[in-house]
Amino acid sequence: MHIPDGFLDAKTAVATSAASLAALKYSMTKVKEELGERDVPSLGVMAAFIFAAQMVNFPVMAGTSGHLLGAALAAILFGPYSASLILSAVLIVQCLFFQDGGITALGANILNMAVAATFVASCVYSAVKKLKFAGSEIAAVFLSAWISVLVGAFLTSVELALSDTVPLNAVIAPMMLVHAVIGIGEGIITCAAVGYVRRFLDGKSGACVNSDAGGGVN
Amino acid sequence: MNRWAMLLFLAVVVAAFLSPFASPHPDGLERVAEDLGFLKKGESPVLQFSPMPDYTVATINDERVSTALAGVTGTLITLAFVWGWMKLISKF
Repeated sequence: MHIPDGFLDAKTAVATSAASLAALKYSMTKVKEELGERDVPSLGVMAAFIFAAQMVNFPVMAGTSGHLLGAALAAILFGPYSASLILSAVLIVQCLFFQDGGITALGANILNMAVAATFVASCVYSAVKKLKFAGSEIAAVFLSAWISVLVGAFLTSVELALSDTVPLNAVIAPMMLVHAVIGIGEGIITCAAVGYVRRFLDGKSGACVNSDAGGGVN
Repeated sequence: MNRWAMLLFLAVVVAAFLSPFASPHPDGLERVAEDLGFLKKGESPVLQFSPMPDYTVATINDERVSTALAGVTGTLITLAFVWGWMKLISKF
């Protein structure tokens, strides 16, 4: 759901950019507190993996595709602050090098997918995990991934409406519906990827596993 | 082999061998924009400086090879970018 140039008006572009910058600045101070230099390679690899996975569009419904967002994946494994920086980097590379997402919409795309989606994913993951029912771990991963996509779709719809590109009541239902389906793919891939990475982290760890996010090795 | 190096290898494999076979259909937002008639508003990028627009390398004609090459390049650029950025954060 990368917003291209032309969908947002100036006030929405400026407001979302300001919000994103403030959020990233805060994330950077938190990451500085949390991270050691030995965590640097693992964050780089996570970002590289998310970039690659985002290229693989899978079909949903007739004539529509979706791809992994990765916000929940990064948030569950590294906590929301590192995750927001990882996702921002992916979006910046996509925008600058591949013209995926408009340069004027970069702030909005970062706000939707790198800031809001990662933070909500983190909260949902911790909340569901705390319920401690049978299968709560995998349910927490799936739900946090599914909801992270909906959060992005919701904010995108609101920004389009604020920009007078399309009325909110026209755009909100189709956006939420299509992303509710894409979110199922997000949930499945995130469960698989979290399981895979956790399994190899069980041995030795070069990763920052953030306890705030409820992340960690079971 | 370092476990993170294995994940990086997996990322490169995904970029090289899965991305050329990705669904070509519009994504969720593009689909909605098309259905509601505002897709054309987003068809003119403000700046056209991206070296690999739409994940293709201009000099390569084979579409799949072009996408694979763009994918691997982007994966490595992202790795380098985050590595450098995090290194800076951890030092300053």
